[in-house]
Amino acid sequence: MSHLMELSNITKSYEMGTQIVHALRGVNLTIDEGEYVSIMGPSGSGKSTLMNIIGCLDIPTDGIYKLDGIDLSHMSDDEQARIRNQRIGFVFQQFNLLPRTTALKQVSLPLMYAGLSRKEREERAAAALTRVGLGDRLDHKPDELSGGQQQRVAIARALVVEPNIILADEPTGALDTKTGEELMDIFNELNEQGITIIMITHEAEVAEHARRQIMIRDGVIVEDSRSTLENIPDMELVPA
Amino acid sequence: MNFSESFLTALDSLQSNKLRSALTMLGVIIGVAAVIALLSIGNGVTASITDEIESIGTNLITVSTDRENSGGYNALSLSDLEVLGDPLSSNAIEDVAAASSGAQNVVYGSESLNLTVSGVTESFFPINNMTDLLAGDLIYEPDVETGARVAVIGSTVASDLFGAEFPIGESIKVNGVSYEVVGVLTESGQGFGGNPDETVYIPLTTAQQRLYPDRTRSGERAVSTIYVQAASEDLAEQATEDITAILREQHGITYNDEDDFTIISQTDLLATFDVISTTLTLFLGAVAGISLLVGGIGIMNIMLVSVTERTREIGIRKAIGALRRDILTQFLLESVVLSLVGGFAGIILGWIISVVAGGYLDVTSIIDASTVTLAVGFAAGVGLIFGIYPAWRASSLRPIEALRYE
Ligand SMILES: Nc1ncnc2c1ncn2[C@@H]1O[C@H](COP(=O)(O)OP(=O)(O)O)[C@@H](O)[C@H]1O
Ligand SMILES: [Mg+2]
Repeated sequence: MSHLMELSNITKSYEMGTQIVHALRGVNLTIDEGEYVSIMGPSGSGKSTLMNIIGCLDIPTDGIYKLDGIDLSHMSDDEQARIRNQRIGFVFQQFNLLPRTTALKQVSLPLMYAGLSRKEREERAAAALTRVGLGDRLDHKPDELSGGQQQRVAIARALVVEPNIILADEPTGALDTKTGEELMDIFNELNEQGITIIMITHEAEVAEHARRQIMIRDGVIVEDSRSTLENIPDMELVPA
Repeated sequence: MNFSESFLTALDSLQSNKLRSALTMLGVIIGVAAVIALLSIGNGVTASITDEIESIGTNLITVSTDRENSGGYNALSLSDLEVLGDPLSSNAIEDVAAASSGAQNVVYGSESLNLTVSGVTESFFPINNMTDLLAGDLIYEPDVETGARVAVIGSTVASDLFGAEFPIGESIKVNGVSYEVVGVLTESGQGFGGNPDETVYIPLTTAQQRLYPDRTRSGERAVSTIYVQAASEDLAEQATEDITAILREQHGITYNDEDDFTIISQTDLLATFDVISTTLTLFLGAVAGISLLVGGIGIMNIMLVSVTERTREIGIRKAIGALRRDILTQFLLESVVLSLVGGFAGIILGWIISVVAGGYLDVTSIIDASTVTLAVGFAAGVGLIFGIYPAWRASSLRPIEALRYE
């Protein structure tokens, strides 16, 4: 059986002057279509590094990453950009919105790079913003929105292309608990529609929403709940 | 992404960052305007000086004594003039005139001035383009032949001596002898070899008898300057050679002796002036270059200052699927629009400055295509390079590196 994602012995090192930082020291991981995975671990354990590699934002130092059975290291930059554009939606802790740009334009951008007409992109962007509850904030710029609203704009931007993967790096990290819970509802809903979600968090309550929990420490996976899950498919997860 | 999408994206980006766009454009405007204003005024000054020299006539040649080789005597005489003026001597010579000048006390009524008084032959006036009169007549051949005591005065002399009075027919005293004023010249403004406006002209023969009795080594009456008009500009060089040959023979100079006279042609003057005007243009060009550099540094600074923000922007755009090509096209178009709009505004501003400044300096400024091309080309080049280089660099980063850029 073919997996959606297959990471074999992925390593990532950064050279800092004379020092070499090993952010990932050999990660083996498979993720299937429709999964809802949370990645937890202490700060500096390599969570973001892993997610950036999964999302084609960065390349591993060593190891093989296959998406849909295709080795990504054989892909050109432009092909990777296509994958990011059409198959993956990103939600970052720091929102990463364009300054001085309205919500509608932010959310239309991925569609522009996908080559859609202006009319179609604005319709779909407006629909995506409505879906995250910002139907009345289309013309607002980031500095006119609250943190929670900005993150919703980012989520709308991630889902407007109808991706089959959404990657979220501590999406609630900069938000209060209540706002965070509201966002989690959106992610749950998206997963129910069949979108694969991989979410980094350091909050156990947030990780609870996922069906599979992965624990990472010092650049290696130290715990993966899937082994248990596979044996008992319908079991409701309880926090450890 | 097609071109019109890229173009709209660029415009969008420019108008959502109005301050940045305005500052960048200001750099272009200042650079372009400064270059256009400076170079067009410089060109105007050069052209007006060239015009003035050319109006004297490039086929005018003056001959004077070279005292170092003449044994202290005045070398030129009326018989030299006669030989030079003989159509059989040289076909390169059209006309000749002679003059002897010096400073004299000139009196009218209670006014007494120290002025240049020149004794001239009748063709002095046409050869020097000085035939325009405010009133009266010039000095003619019979005046010279008879040694008449008549005078033609420059316009400044007329107003200084006579004020509002009408000078024609009045009598002035030069060195105690009376002359009748027969003509007043129009204002000339030519500044080469004395100012005609401040000169009193009398017949050469009269001057030789009464004011300048110098003789040549052979005992003839001397003249201080001989004016030769070449038959055409092209023949000016030929005329110079002929004059040298004729005068050497006239003066009995053997082949290994130096000329006892000096020949200055207007072409020599023009050549000298060419050097001056080239220097002037180069200097103005350098000043303009500096202003472009300053403008360019302004453009560069604002582009580089925004590089952090823009690198993150590029990271975001790449993360959501922009190709490198899309990024480069957007930034290229942004720079092109800024450079073109700024360049155009700079042309207009530079033009206004050059017209206003030209008005104060009494110079007609000349804006030519090469000035505009230089100014706009350079400013646009700088705008493009510093607009695109950071984008080129940032777009070659992995998206995550661009997102993390600080
Ligand atoms: N661009 C980078 N340059 C150098 N070191 C880095 C870079 N990015 C991450 N690291 C290091 O790699 C390790 C893992 O970082 P990260 O994946 O961001 O951890 P986490 O997201 O789990 O907090 C950390 O030690 C961090 O300092
Ligand atoms: Mg992190």
